[in-house]
Amino acid sequence: MADTRPTASIEAVEGGLAAQGYIASRQIATAVYLSQQIEKPILVEGPAGVGKTELAKAIAAWRGMKMIRLQCYEGLDEAKALYEWKYAKQLLYTQILKDKLGEVLGGAQTLHAALDQLHTFGDVFFSKEFVEPRPLLQALEQPAGCVLLIDEIDKSDAEFESLLLEILSDFQVTIPELGTVSAVAPPTVILTSNSERDLGDALKRRCLHLHIGFPEQKLEERIVESRVPGISQTLRKQMVSFIHEIRSLDLKKLPSVSEAIDWARVLVLLETNELNHEIVKDTLNVLLKYEADIEAATPQISTFIAKASRQGVFS
Amino acid sequence: MRENLHRFFRAARGAGVRVSPAESIDAMRAVAKIGFTDRAILRDTFLLTLAKTQDEKRALGDCFDLFFSQPEPQQDSSEQSKSDDNDESGANPSADAHGDTSGGAANENIGPLAQMLLSQDRSAISTAVANASGAALLSDIRYFTQRGIFQTRILDAMGIQRLRDDIDELTASNLALAERLQDALNGLRGAVRDAVSQALLLYGREEAENLRNEILRNAPLARIEPRQVEQMRTLIRQIARRLRERYSKPRKRQRRGHLDVRRTLRRNAAWGGVPFLTAWKRKHRDRPKIVALCDVSGSVARVSDFFLLLIHSLHEVVDDVRSFAFSGHLIEVSRILETKSPEEAMKEIMAKVGFGSSDYGNSFADFEDEWMSTVTPQTTVIVLGDARSNNLDPRADILRRIGERSKRLVWLNPEGRMTWGFGDSEMPRYATFCSVVRQCSTAKQLERAVSDIVATYQ
Repeated sequence: MADTRPTASIEAVEGGLAAQGYIASRQIATAVYLSQQIEKPILVEGPAGVGKTELAKAIAAWRGMKMIRLQCYEGLDEAKALYEWKYAKQLLYTQILKDKLGEVLGGAQTLHAALDQLHTFGDVFFSKEFVEPRPLLQALEQPAGCVLLIDEIDKSDAEFESLLLEILSDFQVTIPELGTVSAVAPPTVILTSNSERDLGDALKRRCLHLHIGFPEQKLEERIVESRVPGISQTLRKQMVSFIHEIRSLDLKKLPSVSEAIDWARVLVLLETNELNHEIVKDTLNVLLKYEADIEAATPQISTFIAKASRQGVFS
Repeated sequence: MRENLHRFFRAARGAGVRVSPAESIDAMRAVAKIGFTDRAILRDTFLLTLAKTQDEKRALGDCFDLFFSQPEPQQDSSEQSKSDDNDESGANPSADAHGDTSGGAANENIGPLAQMLLSQDRSAISTAVANASGAALLSDIRYFTQRGIFQTRILDAMGIQRLRDDIDELTASNLALAERLQDALNGLRGAVRDAVSQALLLYGREEAENLRNEILRNAPLARIEPRQVEQMRTLIRQIARRLRERYSKPRKRQRRGHLDVRRTLRRNAAWGGVPFLTAWKRKHRDRPKIVALCDVSGSVARVSDFFLLLIHSLHEVVDDVRSFAFSGHLIEVSRILETKSPEEAMKEIMAKVGFGSSDYGNSFADFEDEWMSTVTPQTTVIVLGDARSNNLDPRADILRRIGERSKRLVWLNPEGRMTWGFGDSEMPRYATFCSVVRQCSTAKQLERAVSDIVATYQ
C-alpha cells in the first residue's frame, strides 16, 4: 500500500502536482494530502475553468494511477453509473439451459427433487459473470487503486447523490443480488461541482470541501508559466494583471484560469512582447465569451493596460 | 488539546457553521495527521473538514482567527496581558509611587487575589482570568443578557469577595494601598469584561440569531418596527428559499405510476416478451397555476410589503403565477415581479396602485372584466387582504364566480379573527365563497399558508 500513497507531506503533494504541470495553492495541496491521510473524497467547487477537473488528472498522472471519469448529467442512473445486468447474456444462457434441462434434472424423480436441483442453478444468473461494471464499480475493482473523478455532480439528480453516499463513505456498493462489493484499494475520489444546484448535506458531510476560486496574481503567473513555457516574463506579468482587472468588472462570465492559459498561448503565437490596445482588442474574444461582456470591457482596455504595464515595471 | 478542539467546534457552531459530530471527528483525525505546529495549515484543515459552503468558510476563518487569538487556559498569552496593560497603565505610576512607602507590612494579611494584583504579574493575572473563565463554564455563554452573570461568576471564582474585604479593611489602616487595590480591581473588571465579550462573540452568535428569528417569525407583520424591516425581509427570503428547496426537488420521483403493460410488452418484443425493460405510466399531475390578488392599500401597507415579497418568491417556485395588486383599482404586476429585484418591484407597484383607500368591489370588477379567463379549474386563487372595503359595495358575487371557476380560493387575512365582520370588514361575507380562509399576520403563518398551497400540487 505504501508505494501507491507517496504523500508524505503537504510539500510532497505540491511538488508532485507541480511536476505534472499543476500549480496548486497551499489549500489545494492540503486537501489532497488530507484526503489521502483520512481517506475521504474531495468535493471541489468553484467557477468553471479554474482547474477542478485538471486536479483529478494531475493527481492520477503524478501517482501513476488510472483515472476513471464519470461525467454526470440529468437522468444519470444506477444502470449507467454503477452496474447493469447483461440481459442478453442471461437470455442466451437461459436458452442453452433450456436444451440441457433434461440432463440437469436427469436424476430427479419427483417435482420436489427437480425444484431442489433447479435452485442450485438459480443464483448462477445473478452472479459476477453477468454484471457489466460501469465507472463506479470499475473504480472499486481496480486492484492498484485509481483516481475516480465524478465530474459536475451538480448536473445530476438528487436521487443519484443518494446512490453515491455508500461509495463515498465506505468505498463499497451493495448489489441486491450479489451482496456488498468493497473496494480492493480505496480509490481517490474527486467530485466537482459548479454549484448549479445545492448539493445535499449528506453528500457534503462525506467529503472534504474544497473551494477553488480565481487564483492570486502570483499563483496565476506561476500557472501560466508552467502551462505556456514560451511566454516572456514581462508579458506574463502584464496579462495576468490585466485579467485580474477584468475580473473586477461586472461580467456575465468572468475569464477563468483556462481562458488565461488560452490567451497566453494566443499571445505567444502572435509573437507579442507587450500588451497594447490593438492586440488586446483583437484577442479579447479569447478571454470573454459573451458579446455583451466584450462590449462592457472594451472601453476599459486602455486603463487596464496602463495599470498592467505599471505593474510589470515595478514588481 | 482535545478540550481546546471541542471548544473550537463550539465556537464554530456559534459562528453559524454547522459542525456535526461526524465532521468534528473528521477534523480531529485530520488534525492528528497534520499537528498543531503550522497555524496556516491548521486553518486550512478546519476550512476543508468543517465548512461546507463559501459563506461557512468565511465565517469559520474569522472564527479561527478570533479563537486562536484568545488565551488558552493554563497558558499565558500576549493578547490578554495587552488588554490588562491598557486597563491598568493609568493606575500603575501612582501605585508605584505610593507602594514603596506603604506596602510591605500589610501584605501578609491580605488574600491571594489582592497579593496577585499587587504583585502586578500580568501573566499570572491573565492565567487566573482564563482559569476562572473555565471554572465558570464561560464557553456556555449564549446571549448578551448573560454577560453580567458570567462576569460575576468569574470574579467570584477569582475570590473577589476576599478582595473586597481586604479593601474595606485597608481603607481604615492603609488608605493608599486600598486605593491602589481598588484601581487594580477596576482593571481586573475590565479584563474580565473583555474576556466575557470575546466569549460571547465566539459562542453566542448563532443562538442569539435563532432567538431573534424566532421572535421575529411570530411577531405581527403590521407592527414590525422600521429597524426590524430589513431583518424581516431576510427572514421572508429565507422562508422563500426553503419553500423553493422543498418543492422544486421531489417532483420527478413521484411521477412514476403503475406498470404500463402494453408499452412494456411492445418494448420487449425482441426478447420474446420477457419483460427486461419496463415501461411505467406517468401519473397525471396538475401544473401549479396560481393567481394572486394582493391588497396594497393604506390600511395594510406594512403587511402588503411582505405579501408582495412572498408572491415574488412564489414566482420562483411555481412557473405559472399571475399576480395582481390593487387598492382602488386593480392592475397586473406579474411582469414587474418577474423582471425586477424585490425591492425595485415593490417600489414600482406601490407607486402605481399603492397606499390608496381600498375598494374591493371595484378591484374585483376590474379583475372580472379583463382577467377572468386566467382562472381555470386548475387555478388556485389567493387573495391577500383585510377585506375592509370602506363601506363600498363589496361585490361578493364576483368573488363567488371566481371561486366557482377555480380549483381553490384561498383568502389570507392579516387581521385577527376577532375583528372580522366588525366595522367595514366584509370578511364573513367573502368567507362563504372561499375554500380556505386563514389569518396570516406573522411570518410563520405566512410560510405555512404558502407551503400548503404549493403542497397541494405536489
